Amino acid sequence: MKNVSVLDLKKQCIDLKKKVIDMVYKAQSGHPGGSLSAADFVTALYFKEMKIDPENPNWPERDRFVLSKGHVCPIQYAALATRGYFDEAVLDTLRQEGSILQGHPDMKKCPGIDISTGSLGQGLACGVGMGIVAKQDNMDYRVFVVVGDGECQEGEIWEAAQTAYKYQLDNLVVFVDNNNLQIDGITDEVMPNIHLGKKFEAFGFDMYEINGNDMQQIVDTLDRIRMTKNGKPKCIFANTVKGKGVSYMENQCGWHGVAPNDEQYAQAMKELDEQLQAL
Amino acid sequence: MSEVKKATRDGFGEEIVKLGKIDDSIYVVDVDIGKSCKTTDFREKLPQQYLNVGIAEQNAAGVAAGLATCGKIPFVVTYAVFGSLRMCEMIRQEICYPNLNVKIACSHGGVTPANDGASHQSIEDMGVLRTIPNMTVIMPADYHAAKKLVAAAAAYDGPVYLRFTRDAIPVIYDEDVEFEIGKARTLKEGKDVAIIANGDTVSIAIKAAKELEAKGVSVRLLDMHTIKPLDEEVVAACVNEIGKIITVEDHNIMNGLGSAVCEVAADIGSAQVKRIGIQDQFGQSAPYERLLEMNGVTVENIVKTAEEMLK
Repeated sequence: MKNVSVLDLKKQCIDLKKKVIDMVYKAQSGHPGGSLSAADFVTALYFKEMKIDPENPNWPERDRFVLSKGHVCPIQYAALATRGYFDEAVLDTLRQEGSILQGHPDMKKCPGIDISTGSLGQGLACGVGMGIVAKQDNMDYRVFVVVGDGECQEGEIWEAAQTAYKYQLDNLVVFVDNNNLQIDGITDEVMPNIHLGKKFEAFGFDMYEINGNDMQQIVDTLDRIRMTKNGKPKCIFANTVKGKGVSYMENQCGWHGVAPNDEQYAQAMKELDEQLQAL
Repeated sequence: MSEVKKATRDGFGEEIVKLGKIDDSIYVVDVDIGKSCKTTDFREKLPQQYLNVGIAEQNAAGVAAGLATCGKIPFVVTYAVFGSLRMCEMIRQEICYPNLNVKIACSHGGVTPANDGASHQSIEDMGVLRTIPNMTVIMPADYHAAKKLVAAAAAYDGPVYLRFTRDAIPVIYDEDVEFEIGKARTLKEGKDVAIIANGDTVSIAIKAAKELEAKGVSVRLLDMHTIKPLDEEVVAACVNEIGKIITVEDHNIMNGLGSAVCEVAADIGSAQVKRIGIQDQFGQSAPYERLLEMNGVTVENIVKTAEEMLK
């Protein structure tokens, strides 16, 4: 855990968002909407919370990060580059032939990726496996998993959740990026969720419902969780806005996997710069 | 060939305990059918290396991938039909794509879960998994081969699918037999026809070869325990030196051993290959031998097929 102010984290988050827009614009391919909804907590994890060493990406004691909703990897790539896992110029190669920055995260190509993901519903089980090893081997690393709300329609999520409870993985923190949008529309219309956070609670998780685009709440919740070693896995149920920070992308499911054009790119960067100056 | 019969799942169950005691990074991940997959002894003797994730195969594959990223060598243990098809996409995405050191060790291969019926008989598994890059696909021919190939799989760094029999099958090897992944065992040299079998059909092929020899036909007999990576060199030798090949497998004739051999033969372009195996049809509850018979996986049919090829 690093001592970083909430203000600095907010600034850092906007910087990462700008990198996301830049990458997706240059690649003319990628997923901006979900990258932006998850940007705040990804920033908090990479720049404050997680015990990681960019110089030694395979350090056995490191905290693990599993982006189960792997399509929003632009935000993770931006965080990894900014933390120094690889040169920031590499961000320009997103989704290009031969790039370490594949369309979905590839642990064998990109330093800092703890597990390859991309097929929804699978990352939580992998995170559970990592958490079990920490418990069995008496290591104190933690595992942070990011799942989407739409992704939780996959049954494997719940198979993994019950396993996390069985093995008392209080070292496992699941962020639910609850932006209520998926490709075909509003998540509650595609498949009504009732309340995902309460489902995790029913599966034996400690559940913390927060505004997932509020840095102070994210930091406070992570502070609280860090102190709670009670044998129960943790769920941070993060209510977020898809496309957060770029006005024309916000709450638009059409911005799930579309790249901005020249004009849209200029407007997005202008808006993000204004937000940075206002801080 | 001795008259002793043993299920190859028993060979797995015994060997995995031995390996787990030597190497504490070896884990078993069960999905509630540990008893019939023979992991009870492992669970009792090595509880720190044992997980049971319940009836949740997809999750088992993911958990195993997570374990492997942290340096463990997990064996996910289930029935072949679930360990291939139910887990298939998780095996592809989370195990084979990142090339993680996970083993999928399955009992109830082929039609050996006989009276359980078609739902539990696994006739597509080896074919499906051999088309996934980085995967190794193995079916041992007897109890001793199972032990040796389990040890070889544990020592190999990468994904391996191992397929065992539920039912007891003849013990054909001595306990000191040696196996290498991807290298066929030549059981008999010959020049008129080549019979390439694997798993529980090897003992059937041995009997057929004896009958053919008695009729004056010289048979080259191979145990192709690994269908991927296929021992292309020995198959090519059968193509070039004999030109008449019969494959025998307890698997759909599509996409398994027979297809793999045909691919090599077609590349060379000069052999006739006859495939004996499950005839692209579902089974039913029936005795194991009857199910093989319904598909022509018999000594008689192998002999007849060879004789027709040699006419």
